[in-house]
Amino acid sequence: MKSTLFNMVAVLFTITLIASAGVGAVNMLTEDAIAEAKALATKEAVANVLPAFDNNEQSEQMIDDMPIKVYKAVKGNDVVGYAVESMTKNGFGGVIRLMVGFSPEGEILNVNVLEQAETPGLGTKMCDEGNALLSSIKGKNSGDVEFKVKKDGGELDALTAATISSRAYYDAVARAREAYWVACGGKASADGVSGATSTNKGSDAQKGGENE
Amino acid sequence: MPRKEAKMNKMQIVLSGILKNNPTFVLVLGMCPTLGTTTSAINGMGMGVATMAVLIMSNLVISLIKNFIPDKVRIPAFIVVIASFVTIIQMLMQAYVPSLYAALGVFIPLIVVNCIILGRAEAFASKNGPIDSILDGVGIGLGFTLALTAIGAVREVLGSGAIFGYSLGIADYMPLVFVLAPGAFFVLGYMMVLFNKLAKK
Repeated sequence: MKSTLFNMVAVLFTITLIASAGVGAVNMLTEDAIAEAKALATKEAVANVLPAFDNNEQSEQMIDDMPIKVYKAVKGNDVVGYAVESMTKNGFGGVIRLMVGFSPEGEILNVNVLEQAETPGLGTKMCDEGNALLSSIKGKNSGDVEFKVKKDGGELDALTAATISSRAYYDAVARAREAYWVACGGKASADGVSGATSTNKGSDAQKGGENE
Repeated sequence: MPRKEAKMNKMQIVLSGILKNNPTFVLVLGMCPTLGTTTSAINGMGMGVATMAVLIMSNLVISLIKNFIPDKVRIPAFIVVIASFVTIIQMLMQAYVPSLYAALGVFIPLIVVNCIILGRAEAFASKNGPIDSILDGVGIGLGFTLALTAIGAVREVLGSGAIFGYSLGIADYMPLVFVLAPGAFFVLGYMMVLFNKLAKK
């Protein structure tokens, strides 16, 4: 078809109009389903790291400029645990998000990696069942753990050939612990001091990561 | 007369997309998603299927509206059509197959700039009827999907000792490099050689 100014403008206008109407319609149709899928994914991730619960309340805090979400799980009238959706920017492939489950006593129940872009076969082992990172902190009381890998003078195992990923993983767990301490106000009074030190530790660890 | 010829070619259109005009091994188009997403067989397949869906829809629509589009603005018009379908597919995947969406992540919006799709719009759909254009989309889409799945499977077996996520129990002896970026080039190169050698016969 021959191009004239009028038909070029008219055709492009019509095409973009129809296209945007189509995209808008599909957006309206899928909006609810997308929100539902996201909510379901979050709920599953929470259920994965905590014992059975009926209800959860959600709150959010900013730690080191990163949004950390805390889900307080309640069964009947008892608090059965806290799930903390934490993150770090120090992964080998950028951001790592994980969900950490704490019992009301502060025990680390489970950790579930939600999002990562680590090296396949090395850093991605952090997602596997019973990997070295998870098994070295699972079941421990979060108050007793110093989140440092052996290479940095700590006591925790790292993934073979993925020290940076391992450091980032523990960095995110440490940040989850801070959020957990803030969320369950009662513990915070007892651990207020160590909470503050852990903030410093967190930022030190970050600097260390950047030097790598 | 042209009609008879077209009828004879229906099957050939599909087959040519898989073999003679295989987008990955022969046309060497769409290398970015090919190298990027084929770390495992299932990722390669997901990317291939998503691309095929966009390709079929965009080929159909472009062949239907080809007579109304002024020549000088055909590329922008094609891009708008393609981008709309990619956005629609993206929203549908996010809503109904969130796990696959999470795995393919950034590569879905990149389908827009996949040169296979614009290439087929320009080279085939803008010159042929809607049925043939759909068949071309099916053929090229299958060719792309099969190629990506094959590359993904080879890389997965060689790099992480698994196939479609099922561990073969040999992971510790496999050279990891195959799931990393350099492995993508090795595997693609050798498979291209192999494909063209076999296809010549």
